Amino acid sequence: MPSTAMNAAVSIQRVSKRFGRVQALDGVCLEIGAGEFFGLLGPNGAGKTTLISCLAGLTRPDSGKVSVKGFDVQDDYRQARRQLGVVPQELVFDPFFTVRETLRIQSGYFGLRGNDDWIDEILENLDLTAKAETNMRHLSGGMKRRVLVAQALVHRPPVIVLDEPTAGVDVELRQGLWQFVRRLNGEGHTVILTTHYLEEAEALCARIAMLKQGRVVALDSTRHLLERFSVHKLSLRVEAADRLPEAVTRRASFSEGYLNVLLGGVEEVEPLLAAIRQAGCPIRDMRMNTTDLEDVFIEVMSGQDAARPEAAR
Amino acid sequence: MSGFRTLLYKEVLRFWKVAFQTVAAPVLTALLYLLIFAHVLENRIEINNLRYTAFLVPGLVMMSVLQNAFANSSSSLIQAKVTGSIIFVLLPPISYGEFFLAYVGAAVLRGAMVGLGVLAVTACFAPLQFVAPWWIFAFALAGGAIMGSLGLIAGVWADKFDQLSAFQNFLILPLTMLSGVFYSIHSLPPFWQKASHLNPFFYLIDGLRYGFFGVSDVSPFISLAVSAAAFLAVGVGALRLLRSGYKLRY
Repeated sequence: MPSTAMNAAVSIQRVSKRFGRVQALDGVCLEIGAGEFFGLLGPNGAGKTTLISCLAGLTRPDSGKVSVKGFDVQDDYRQARRQLGVVPQELVFDPFFTVRETLRIQSGYFGLRGNDDWIDEILENLDLTAKAETNMRHLSGGMKRRVLVAQALVHRPPVIVLDEPTAGVDVELRQGLWQFVRRLNGEGHTVILTTHYLEEAEALCARIAMLKQGRVVALDSTRHLLERFSVHKLSLRVEAADRLPEAVTRRASFSEGYLNVLLGGVEEVEPLLAAIRQAGCPIRDMRMNTTDLEDVFIEVMSGQDAARPEAAR
Repeated sequence: MSGFRTLLYKEVLRFWKVAFQTVAAPVLTALLYLLIFAHVLENRIEINNLRYTAFLVPGLVMMSVLQNAFANSSSSLIQAKVTGSIIFVLLPPISYGEFFLAYVGAAVLRGAMVGLGVLAVTACFAPLQFVAPWWIFAFALAGGAIMGSLGLIAGVWADKFDQLSAFQNFLILPLTMLSGVFYSIHSLPPFWQKASHLNPFFYLIDGLRYGFFGVSDVSPFISLAVSAAAFLAVGVGALRLLRSGYKLRY
């Protein structure tokens, strides 16, 4: 029987894991709600894949508890695994079988027979129908990646984990894949995504956790993260810069002929421009950059201003 | 048990898709052994009132069963581990017991298929009897199960093909070759006769031979008891490895 709140799709409580001298996970706590599109970000070696492996039962934590839809992944592993579909990071495949055989076999592992209607639908959505009877060995890397996604979905898991699913995948597939995953998320599936493409995470994930050296160093909604680290950089090409008032130069830097000023918000733009005009410095060019997730990521990983994880939901 | 059924089906389909390599090739190897040894020894040796070729056939059948049952589970596992495709079996809700039964079951089936193939092609060259078919079935099953389990242990333990090859060439091959496939242990010096009794494969081959001709070096009941004990030992060992997740789940 499920042991925790049913509205939590995934519950990770104080999970630690050490491999030799490396502390891969260090007391990680996370709760991911049902139906969320959740991003798990971090540099290489941060512990993302270890955390996913703990979730999938491939790695046994040294301490802590992990459950999927309330089912403990160790004590109630059969139920927990039925709830979970994992797209592994590595491009792995069984070279003996065709695409359809692979998907039928994977269905059978979950006790599903006569699953061909759903298999056909997945093949269609992943643009694999024409390759259904092709041996896995003869597929391109991108095609193999699609089959990995299909394998994770054959048993219609409520929770889908995508561990860098678009690594080395062309733009067309990436778009098609996200369209399909978005649809699944819209139908109520919880999606957990790890990716190095931060623009993907920003566009897709409603909430994001950032891992660093096995610890959660940021956990918040994507919007809040962007707001919290919101910095506007105004770059100006001005004439007679030597006449600029100290109030402006104190907060500015010069590079490649531009005066760069970091602003807390757009409301600071007008007073700044007024001060420059008043000093008699004509403005010849102006550029404005806003914060994206990559800036947040770099900021958090630099450790200077880590967004402490708020109470795990 | 659907996970078990599918895994068994997948393992059988895996070796059947490359049947030339996994079934036909060992049958041909056994046939070549028979032709060469029979050509050299047929008119020179008679064992237990049997023509040498007839004596040789059950030994070749059992040797083929043993080697191929071992090869099936061990090669499937090491290949899945090395390529990473083992993850497809580790992610679904398959218990370690189902895992064991499926891999050993497929190994037994491949061993039986090769054994039947060897029997079919060698039967043309030797007058065979089937005095006690149930003994034949029991020892073929025991041999396949023991070696399927041992192959599973080897496949889990080995990290690379080289290690598995060492296991196969330095342990399995000598034990099968020196188990009385090609000779009766009564023809050996006393020390080697005693040494042969420590080799569990000897009991499998001797027991199978009893099933064909009703004559054997030791009682088939003793052989069956030793074989059952050997299966219990390797089976429990394999199950404990799988339950612990050794080299599979970290």
